[in-house]
Amino acid sequence: MNEFQIILSETIQRLLSDHVSRDLIVASEQGKWAHDLWTALEENGLTKVLVSEAGGGAGAQWSDAALLIKAAGEHGAPVPFGETIVAAWLLDQAGLPVPDGAMTLLEGGNLSLTTQGDGFVLDGQMAGVPWASSSKHGIAMAQGPDGDMRLCCISLSDVQLIPGMNVAREARDRLILEKTHVIASAPCGPSVLGTTLRHWGALIRALQMGGALQRLLEQSVAYANERTQFGKPIGKFQAIQQQLSVLATQAAATGVATNYAAQAVEKGRLSHEIAVAKVRADEAANIATSIAHQVHGAIGFTYEHTLHFATRRLWSWRAEYGAGCDWAAELGAQVMQNEPEALWPLVTQK
Amino acid sequence: MQSFRFDLCELPEETKGLRQEVRAFLAEELKDIPLTTRAQTWMSFDGEFSKKVGAKGWIGLTWPKKYGGHERTAFDRYVVLEEMLAAGAPVGAHWIADRQSGPLLLKFGTEEQRQTFLEPVTKGESYFCIGMSEPDSGSDLAATRTRAVKADGGWIVNGTKLWTSGAQHAHVMIALFRTEQNPENRHGGLTQFLVDLKTPGISIRPITDLYGSQHFNEVVFEDVFVPDNRLVGTEGGGWAQVTAELSYERSGPERYLSSYLLLVELIRELQAQNKPGAEEEIGRLFAHMMTLRQMSLSVAGMLEAGENPTLEASVVKDLGAVFEQDMPVIAHKLAGAPPTLSGGSDFQQVLGVLTQVAPSFSLRGGTKEILRGIIARGLGLR
Repeated sequence: MNEFQIILSETIQRLLSDHVSRDLIVASEQGKWAHDLWTALEENGLTKVLVSEAGGGAGAQWSDAALLIKAAGEHGAPVPFGETIVAAWLLDQAGLPVPDGAMTLLEGGNLSLTTQGDGFVLDGQMAGVPWASSSKHGIAMAQGPDGDMRLCCISLSDVQLIPGMNVAREARDRLILEKTHVIASAPCGPSVLGTTLRHWGALIRALQMGGALQRLLEQSVAYANERTQFGKPIGKFQAIQQQLSVLATQAAATGVATNYAAQAVEKGRLSHEIAVAKVRADEAANIATSIAHQVHGAIGFTYEHTLHFATRRLWSWRAEYGAGCDWAAELGAQVMQNEPEALWPLVTQK
Repeated sequence: MQSFRFDLCELPEETKGLRQEVRAFLAEELKDIPLTTRAQTWMSFDGEFSKKVGAKGWIGLTWPKKYGGHERTAFDRYVVLEEMLAAGAPVGAHWIADRQSGPLLLKFGTEEQRQTFLEPVTKGESYFCIGMSEPDSGSDLAATRTRAVKADGGWIVNGTKLWTSGAQHAHVMIALFRTEQNPENRHGGLTQFLVDLKTPGISIRPITDLYGSQHFNEVVFEDVFVPDNRLVGTEGGGWAQVTAELSYERSGPERYLSSYLLLVELIRELQAQNKPGAEEEIGRLFAHMMTLRQMSLSVAGMLEAGENPTLEASVVKDLGAVFEQDMPVIAHKLAGAPPTLSGGSDFQQVLGVLTQVAPSFSLRGGTKEILRGIIARGLGLR
């Protein structure tokens, strides 16, 4: 970490530790918007970390943003922090102004963009939109009438919303857009050409998963050191040690895969890194959640204990914006369409 | 809880030329080597090949020029290694000296030892083996019983080393002997020595493995004289020296590429069978490989920076061994063709090799359980 990242890391860790308590997450799961947390993130300029200085942001790099999104995942912050960071970045990249307030990504539907009068309207439906009920704006990538990819921003007060939740009890809403007025639109910035919102959503979730896995590891190790059975802490038993080591290696691999993806974006040479990160994070989540619950025993299965705030998020996030199996199939198809000897040059191209 | 550090480490642009040079060399040199030999890559022993690699200047790449090295970067070395492994080059003869014995001597050896031993290694003419395990000392390395007793001008060694890879071909063994008996401090009293394997009193017996090849050996020492100037580092400091050496042993690209040629042949087989539904599994393997490569590179970067990433190296070794050990199982599940010792397709023969040798992947260089124990210690559980 460079000096800026150390300061950034301290800032976000302090902010999230102060705000994201068990009570806050429980209230959020009951439908209460984490207003104070969100205000603190905005007031510290963290939601606009990737926005250029000219656009009113911090002009920071993707590896800096990665650190923030990972921390949000570690603490289980029940707000669309990663989504807003990315939405703000995409708007700024497209030369559009960045509004205040929470934003979400309109991805996965059958959106169609058409002209109406001087502007554009969007039609379509989509399910599982993160935090739509609490967000002010949504952004979409849609093909414009000229065939170019346009970034579009809509006000979410203009759409019909049917609330829903993932198993982490995070808002995942269904939206119906009917001739919804696009309040701002421009061709997508050059740095995101060839990508979709699904890529950026997958990167957000993979980074959050890296944070949540770190939390699972710390919680499980701490519990194994304090819980006593047969006259000693259960962490002294090799059966437990071996499992926690596996959990640690899975968390480490996810950390590397996700940091590598963020670095590829930062250096403007993204190819398959986001898919790799999501595949790796998904597999790690499968293994790690199982181990963490096994180590915690019955107490970890109660709502009272906080373990499930991380495990239920991992079970949700691993499948959002493309599950590991989907991204793996895409990667595999790329590999399989070429002769076997082409694999090694692909592995070593960077 | 100690946290793992895997800072990303990028191969410099300048390594690209070297990579192409290595590829061109291997395309020429490997064309007559059977696929089943190449499938065993760093366990395949070929002295003539090692001499050619030495002549290209690709052994001891990072070592000082005064010892025959080439003073190039750890990244150049990484590129050479991974290209050799992916192509299935028979690098077994020079592998151990290049990987760990050379660095050990550069760190702990005397000037005379470096002058004597390193240059022949860089030429691909001198081979090393590592004498650690014994009949009663496998994972429990501190149980080492082979004794070196002080004598006039040197040491007299008695005992047996077991599972010593390549000892029947090697010129020199870096051996760990017990020089002092102290039940209070099992990790003390161990010392490393350079042993000329032609010394009278040494008998080497190859042990045939289940695949039918002879990689490892039993090495018996009967009143073997080792001169004082062949003690490496400090007397009684063997444990710490060995531990440092293991970071080199556990994090390299050979820890996840041992089954690479099987993956290549699996893809070819699946394309020929035109079986649907294999993409997901192939993509998953690709994601694992890309991640392991970054982890391994990260450790290489830390070693280059003079750090001692013991914990991170153990993480790479554990994840890598599981990955390369899973490969024959995955290949079996996807393709279904029987593994063969001879006959059948290239895929079947390579599957035949890897199915049989894969159990060793999580045994050699520290068992899965030992590595996980090291990680658990890092987590603060032990």
